[in-house]
Amino acid sequence: MSLLLPVQIILLVFVLFAASRAVLQFRGGTIRFGALSFWLLIWAVALLAIFYPEETTRIARILGIGRGVDIVVYSSIAILFYLVFRLHVYLENIRTEISQLIREVSLKQVKKGGKK
Amino acid sequence: MKTLIIVPAYNEAGVIATTLQDLRKTLREDEIQADILVVDDGSTDQTGSIALPHTTHLLTHGRNCGLGAALATGIEYAKRQSYDYCVTFDSDGQHDAHDIPKALAKLEFGYDVVIGSRFVGTHSGMPASRRVVLFLGNLITLLFFGIWTSDSQSGFRGLSKRAIQDIALKSNRMEVSSEFFGEIHRLGLKFSEIPIYIRYTAYSLGKGQKNSASASVLLKLLYMLTQ
Repeated sequence: MSLLLPVQIILLVFVLFAASRAVLQFRGGTIRFGALSFWLLIWAVALLAIFYPEETTRIARILGIGRGVDIVVYSSIAILFYLVFRLHVYLENIRTEISQLIREVSLKQVKKGGKK
Repeated sequence: MKTLIIVPAYNEAGVIATTLQDLRKTLREDEIQADILVVDDGSTDQTGSIALPHTTHLLTHGRNCGLGAALATGIEYAKRQSYDYCVTFDSDGQHDAHDIPKALAKLEFGYDVVIGSRFVGTHSGMPASRRVVLFLGNLITLLFFGIWTSDSQSGFRGLSKRAIQDIALKSNRMEVSSEFFGEIHRLGLKFSEIPIYIRYTAYSLGKGQKNSASASVLLKLLYMLTQ
Protein backbone atom coordinates (compact mmCIF):
# COMPACT_ATOMS: atom_id res chain seq x y z
CA MET A 1 0.00 0.00 0.00
CA SER A 2 1.40 3.40 -0.94
CA LEU A 3 1.53 6.32 1.49
CA LEU A 4 -1.90 7.27 2.81
CA LEU A 5 -3.53 10.46 1.56
CA PRO A 6 -4.66 12.98 4.24
CA VAL A 7 -8.32 12.30 3.43
CA GLN A 8 -7.76 8.57 3.90
CA ILE A 9 -6.24 9.18 7.33
CA ILE A 10 -9.16 11.40 8.40
CA LEU A 11 -11.72 8.85 7.16
CA LEU A 12 -9.81 5.98 8.79
CA VAL A 13 -9.83 7.76 12.18
CA PHE A 14 -13.56 8.48 11.81
CA VAL A 15 -14.41 4.88 10.85
CA LEU A 16 -12.40 3.46 13.74
CA PHE A 17 -14.06 5.90 16.12
CA ALA A 18 -17.57 5.00 14.83
CA ALA A 19 -16.84 1.26 14.99
CA SER A 20 -15.52 1.60 18.56
CA ARG A 21 -18.76 3.42 19.54
CA ALA A 22 -20.79 0.52 18.13
CA VAL A 23 -18.74 -1.99 20.14
CA LEU A 24 -19.09 0.09 23.31
CA GLN A 25 -22.87 0.39 22.82
CA PHE A 26 -23.04 -3.40 22.38
CA ARG A 27 -20.99 -3.98 25.54
CA GLY A 28 -23.26 -1.56 27.40
CA GLY A 29 -26.28 -3.53 26.28
CA THR A 30 -27.79 -0.63 24.31
CA ILE A 31 -27.70 -2.43 20.97
CA ARG A 32 -28.05 -6.11 20.18
CA PHE A 33 -25.64 -8.39 18.34
CA GLY A 34 -27.59 -8.00 15.09
CA ALA A 35 -27.27 -4.21 15.19
CA LEU A 36 -23.55 -4.48 16.08
CA SER A 37 -22.99 -6.80 13.11
CA PHE A 38 -24.85 -4.40 10.79
CA TRP A 39 -22.75 -1.40 11.83
CA LEU A 40 -19.45 -3.30 11.75
CA LEU A 41 -20.31 -4.48 8.25
CA ILE A 42 -21.07 -0.90 7.17
CA TRP A 43 -17.76 0.38 8.56
CA ALA A 44 -15.83 -2.57 7.10
CA VAL A 45 -17.22 -1.75 3.66
CA ALA A 46 -16.31 1.91 4.28
CA LEU A 47 -12.72 0.87 5.11
CA LEU A 48 -12.47 -1.13 1.88
CA ALA A 49 -13.77 1.86 -0.08
CA ILE A 50 -11.20 4.14 1.62
CA PHE A 51 -8.20 1.90 0.95
CA TYR A 52 -9.25 0.42 -2.40
CA PRO A 53 -11.09 3.26 -4.17
CA GLU A 54 -10.33 1.66 -7.55
CA GLU A 55 -12.49 -1.32 -6.51
CA THR A 56 -15.48 0.97 -5.97
CA THR A 57 -14.92 2.34 -9.47
CA ARG A 58 -14.90 -1.20 -10.86
CA ILE A 59 -18.18 -2.02 -9.09
CA ALA A 60 -19.64 1.32 -10.22
CA ARG A 61 -18.86 0.52 -13.87
CA ILE A 62 -20.48 -2.91 -13.53
CA LEU A 63 -23.63 -1.15 -12.25
CA GLY A 64 -23.51 1.45 -15.02
CA ILE A 65 -22.36 4.32 -12.79
CA GLY A 66 -19.36 6.35 -13.92
CA ARG A 67 -17.26 6.92 -10.81
CA GLY A 68 -16.64 4.87 -7.68
CA VAL A 69 -17.31 7.85 -5.43
CA ASP A 70 -20.79 8.18 -6.96
CA ILE A 71 -21.79 4.67 -5.94
CA VAL A 72 -20.58 5.41 -2.40
CA VAL A 73 -22.69 8.60 -2.29
CA TYR A 74 -25.78 6.92 -3.80
CA SER A 75 -25.68 3.92 -1.50
CA SER A 76 -24.98 6.14 1.53
CA ILE A 77 -28.07 8.25 0.79
CA ALA A 78 -30.20 5.12 0.35
CA ILE A 79 -28.94 3.68 3.65
CA LEU A 80 -29.51 7.02 5.41
CA PHE A 81 -33.11 7.20 4.16
CA TYR A 82 -33.73 3.69 5.40
CA LEU A 83 -32.18 4.42 8.81
CA VAL A 84 -34.23 7.62 9.19
CA PHE A 85 -37.36 5.58 8.45
CA ARG A 86 -36.34 2.95 11.02
CA LEU A 87 -35.69 5.71 13.54
CA HIS A 88 -39.11 7.21 12.82
CA VAL A 89 -40.79 3.84 13.37
CA TYR A 90 -38.86 3.41 16.59
CA LEU A 91 -39.86 6.84 17.89
CA GLU A 92 -43.51 6.29 16.96
CA ASN A 93 -43.49 2.97 18.80
CA ILE A 94 -42.00 4.64 21.87
CA ARG A 95 -44.63 7.40 21.69
CA THR A 96 -47.39 4.78 21.49
CA GLU A 97 -45.95 2.85 24.43
CA ILE A 98 -45.73 6.04 26.52
CA SER A 99 -49.38 6.83 25.68
CA GLN A 100 -50.42 3.31 26.70
CA LEU A 101 -48.56 3.70 29.98
CA ILE A 102 -50.19 7.08 30.65
CA ARG A 103 -53.59 5.55 29.73
CA GLU A 104 -53.21 2.66 32.17
CA VAL A 105 -52.20 5.02 34.98
CA SER A 106 -55.17 7.32 34.31
CA LEU A 107 -57.63 4.39 34.16
CA LYS A 108 -56.49 3.34 37.62
CA GLN A 109 -57.15 6.83 39.00
CA VAL A 110 -60.74 7.54 37.96
CA LYS A 111 -62.12 10.58 39.74
CA LYS A 112 -65.83 10.64 40.54
CA GLY A 113 -67.35 13.89 39.42
CA GLY A 114 -70.00 15.98 41.09
CA LYS A 115 -72.81 14.98 38.71
CA LYS A 116 -74.55 11.68 38.11
CA MET B 1 -78.89 1.09 27.72
CA LYS B 2 -75.68 2.30 29.39
CA THR B 3 -74.41 5.35 27.54
CA LEU B 4 -71.18 7.29 27.95
CA ILE B 5 -70.41 10.72 26.51
CA ILE B 6 -66.63 11.01 26.07
CA VAL B 7 -65.30 14.58 26.19
CA PRO B 8 -61.55 14.80 25.43
CA ALA B 9 -60.15 18.10 26.67
CA TYR B 10 -56.81 19.87 26.51
CA ASN B 11 -56.40 23.35 27.99
CA GLU B 12 -60.10 24.17 27.82
CA ALA B 13 -60.39 25.90 31.20
CA GLY B 14 -62.13 28.86 29.61
CA VAL B 15 -65.04 26.89 28.12
CA ILE B 16 -65.20 23.42 29.70
CA ALA B 17 -67.65 24.37 32.46
CA THR B 18 -70.10 25.96 30.00
CA THR B 19 -69.77 23.03 27.57
CA LEU B 20 -70.50 20.48 30.31
CA GLN B 21 -73.37 22.52 31.81
CA ASP B 22 -74.99 22.84 28.37
CA LEU B 23 -74.43 19.15 27.73
CA ARG B 24 -76.07 18.09 31.01
CA LYS B 25 -78.97 20.50 30.56
CA THR B 26 -79.67 19.22 27.05
CA LEU B 27 -79.41 15.56 28.09
CA ARG B 28 -82.02 16.27 30.80
CA GLU B 29 -84.27 18.08 28.31
CA ASP B 30 -84.02 15.19 25.86
CA GLU B 31 -84.48 12.65 28.67
CA ILE B 32 -81.22 10.87 27.84
CA GLN B 33 -79.64 8.83 30.65
CA ALA B 34 -75.92 9.06 30.09
CA ASP B 35 -72.70 9.37 32.05
CA ILE B 36 -70.17 11.98 31.06
CA LEU B 37 -66.45 11.18 31.02
CA VAL B 38 -63.97 14.01 30.64
CA VAL B 39 -60.49 12.90 29.56
CA ASP B 40 -58.12 15.68 30.55
CA ASP B 41 -55.21 15.18 28.18
CA GLY B 42 -52.45 16.59 30.36
CA SER B 43 -53.78 20.15 30.46
CA THR B 44 -51.46 22.76 31.91
CA ASP B 45 -54.38 24.92 33.02
CA GLN B 46 -57.25 24.14 35.40
CA THR B 47 -59.34 22.13 32.89
CA GLY B 48 -59.55 19.02 35.10
CA SER B 49 -60.49 20.75 38.37
CA ILE B 50 -63.01 22.99 36.61
CA ALA B 51 -64.59 20.01 34.81
CA LEU B 52 -64.82 17.74 37.86
CA PRO B 53 -67.98 19.24 39.47
CA HIS B 54 -69.80 19.10 36.11
CA THR B 55 -68.95 15.57 35.00
CA THR B 56 -69.67 12.01 36.09
CA HIS B 57 -66.07 10.80 35.79
CA LEU B 58 -62.73 12.39 35.10
CA LEU B 59 -59.61 10.69 33.77
CA THR B 60 -56.35 12.60 33.67
CA HIS B 61 -53.38 11.95 31.42
CA GLY B 62 -50.16 12.75 33.25
CA ARG B 63 -48.76 14.20 30.03
CA ASN B 64 -50.31 15.59 26.85
CA CYS B 65 -50.60 12.65 24.45
CA GLY B 66 -52.92 14.06 21.79
CA LEU B 67 -56.56 13.80 20.73
CA GLY B 68 -56.23 10.23 19.46
CA ALA B 69 -54.75 9.00 22.73
CA ALA B 70 -57.45 10.80 24.75
CA LEU B 71 -60.21 9.22 22.67
CA ALA B 72 -58.59 5.80 22.98
CA THR B 73 -58.51 6.26 26.77
CA GLY B 74 -62.21 7.16 26.80
CA ILE B 75 -63.13 4.18 24.61
CA GLU B 76 -61.02 1.85 26.76
CA TYR B 77 -62.90 3.12 29.83
CA ALA B 78 -66.25 2.49 28.09
CA LYS B 79 -65.04 -1.02 27.19
CA ARG B 80 -63.94 -1.89 30.73
CA GLN B 81 -67.13 -0.46 32.26
CA SER B 82 -69.30 -2.35 29.73
CA TYR B 83 -71.09 0.64 28.23
CA ASP B 84 -73.52 -0.17 25.42
CA TYR B 85 -73.04 3.09 23.54
CA CYS B 86 -70.66 5.96 23.61
CA VAL B 87 -70.59 9.35 21.91
CA THR B 88 -67.47 11.45 21.43
CA PHE B 89 -68.18 15.12 21.97
CA ASP B 90 -65.83 18.11 21.58
CA SER B 91 -64.99 20.10 24.70
CA ASP B 92 -64.73 23.50 22.98
CA GLY B 93 -68.48 24.03 22.80
CA GLN B 94 -68.90 23.67 19.04
CA HIS B 95 -71.11 20.57 19.21
CA ASP B 96 -74.82 20.66 20.01
CA ALA B 97 -75.96 18.03 22.51
CA HIS B 98 -79.38 17.95 20.82
CA ASP B 99 -77.65 15.82 18.16
CA ILE B 100 -76.87 13.05 20.67
CA PRO B 101 -80.40 11.49 20.60
CA LYS B 102 -80.14 11.26 16.79
CA ALA B 103 -76.87 9.35 17.08
CA LEU B 104 -78.25 7.05 19.76
CA ALA B 105 -81.34 6.34 17.64
CA LYS B 106 -79.08 5.20 14.78
CA LEU B 107 -77.07 3.00 17.14
CA GLU B 108 -80.26 1.46 18.51
CA PHE B 109 -81.29 0.82 14.90
CA GLY B 110 -78.20 -1.38 14.51
CA TYR B 111 -75.43 0.83 13.21
CA ASP B 112 -71.99 0.37 14.79
CA VAL B 113 -70.52 3.78 14.04
CA VAL B 114 -72.42 7.02 13.51
CA ILE B 115 -70.52 10.07 12.30
CA GLY B 116 -71.91 13.53 12.87
CA SER B 117 -71.42 15.31 9.57
CA ARG B 118 -71.04 19.06 9.22
CA PHE B 119 -71.84 18.85 5.53
CA VAL B 120 -75.32 17.40 5.65
CA GLY B 121 -76.46 19.78 8.39
CA THR B 122 -76.18 23.45 9.22
CA HIS B 123 -72.63 24.72 9.52
CA SER B 124 -72.68 28.34 10.45
CA GLY B 125 -69.47 30.26 9.95
CA MET B 126 -67.25 27.56 8.40
CA PRO B 127 -64.49 29.29 6.39
CA ALA B 128 -64.20 28.31 2.71
CA SER B 129 -60.53 27.32 3.14
CA ARG B 130 -61.53 24.81 5.82
CA ARG B 131 -64.24 23.34 3.58
CA VAL B 132 -61.63 22.72 0.87
CA VAL B 133 -59.21 21.11 3.34
CA LEU B 134 -61.97 18.92 4.79
CA PHE B 135 -63.03 17.83 1.30
CA LEU B 136 -59.43 16.83 0.55
CA GLY B 137 -59.42 14.94 3.86
CA ASN B 138 -62.51 13.05 2.70
CA LEU B 139 -60.79 12.15 -0.59
CA ILE B 140 -57.70 10.91 1.24
CA THR B 141 -59.88 8.84 3.59
CA LEU B 142 -61.56 7.29 0.55
CA LEU B 143 -58.18 6.60 -1.07
CA PHE B 144 -56.57 5.09 2.04
CA PHE B 145 -59.50 3.37 3.71
CA GLY B 146 -61.99 2.78 0.90
CA ILE B 147 -64.85 4.57 2.65
CA TRP B 148 -66.55 7.71 1.40
CA THR B 149 -67.77 10.06 4.10
CA SER B 150 -68.95 13.65 3.87
CA ASP B 151 -66.95 14.58 6.99
CA SER B 152 -63.86 12.49 7.72
CA GLN B 153 -62.55 14.92 10.36
CA SER B 154 -65.69 15.18 12.50
CA GLY B 155 -65.22 14.90 16.26
CA PHE B 156 -68.81 13.85 16.86
CA ARG B 157 -69.16 10.06 16.71
CA GLY B 158 -71.46 7.44 18.13
CA LEU B 159 -70.14 3.93 18.80
CA SER B 160 -72.03 0.71 19.45
CA LYS B 161 -70.95 -1.91 21.97
CA ARG B 162 -69.29 -3.88 19.18
CA ALA B 163 -67.37 -0.81 18.03
CA ILE B 164 -66.36 -0.03 21.63
CA GLN B 165 -65.07 -3.58 22.05
CA ASP B 166 -63.26 -3.94 18.74
CA ILE B 167 -61.93 -0.56 17.64
CA ALA B 168 -58.20 -0.33 18.39
CA LEU B 169 -56.83 3.16 17.79
CA LYS B 170 -53.10 3.54 17.25
CA SER B 171 -52.66 7.17 16.27
CA ASN B 172 -52.10 9.64 19.06
CA ARG B 173 -53.01 12.90 17.43
CA MET B 174 -55.39 14.51 14.92
CA GLU B 175 -55.03 11.72 12.35
CA VAL B 176 -57.27 9.63 14.62
CA SER B 177 -60.32 11.03 12.81
CA SER B 178 -59.32 9.26 9.60
CA GLU B 179 -58.17 6.19 11.52
CA PHE B 180 -61.73 5.62 12.70
CA PHE B 181 -62.64 4.97 9.06
CA GLY B 182 -59.73 2.56 8.75
CA GLU B 183 -61.16 0.65 11.70
CA ILE B 184 -64.68 0.72 10.22
CA HIS B 185 -63.21 -0.80 7.05
CA ARG B 186 -60.98 -3.33 8.85
CA LEU B 187 -63.71 -4.59 11.18
CA GLY B 188 -66.54 -4.39 8.67
CA LEU B 189 -68.58 -2.12 10.97
CA LYS B 190 -71.98 -0.82 9.89
CA PHE B 191 -71.58 2.92 9.41
CA SER B 192 -73.95 5.84 8.97
CA GLU B 193 -73.92 9.63 9.08
CA ILE B 194 -76.24 12.10 10.72
CA PRO B 195 -76.42 15.84 10.16
CA ILE B 196 -75.13 17.85 13.10
CA TYR B 197 -75.22 21.50 14.00
CA ILE B 198 -71.86 23.18 14.58
CA ARG B 199 -71.25 26.50 16.28
CA TYR B 200 -68.08 27.95 14.78
CA THR B 201 -66.64 30.59 17.06
CA ALA B 202 -63.29 32.34 17.01
CA TYR B 203 -62.38 30.17 20.02
CA SER B 204 -63.26 26.83 18.43
CA LEU B 205 -61.58 27.74 15.14
CA GLY B 206 -58.44 28.69 17.04
CA LYS B 207 -58.44 25.46 19.05
CA GLY B 208 -59.43 23.02 16.33
CA GLN B 209 -57.44 21.25 13.67
CA LYS B 210 -55.47 23.84 11.70
CA ASN B 211 -55.45 23.78 7.90
CA SER B 212 -51.65 23.95 8.09
CA ALA B 213 -51.62 20.69 10.09
CA SER B 214 -53.14 18.78 7.15
CA ALA B 215 -49.76 17.87 5.66
CA SER B 216 -48.65 16.42 8.98
CA VAL B 217 -51.88 14.40 9.23
CA LEU B 218 -51.34 13.09 5.68
CA LEU B 219 -47.77 12.04 6.51
CA LYS B 220 -48.96 10.24 9.64
CA LEU B 221 -51.61 8.40 7.64
CA LEU B 222 -48.99 7.35 5.08
CA TYR B 223 -46.85 6.12 7.94
CA MET B 224 -49.79 4.16 9.42
CA LEU B 225 -50.24 2.38 6.10
CA THR B 226 -46.65 1.14 6.30
CA GLN B 227 -47.31 -0.48 9.67
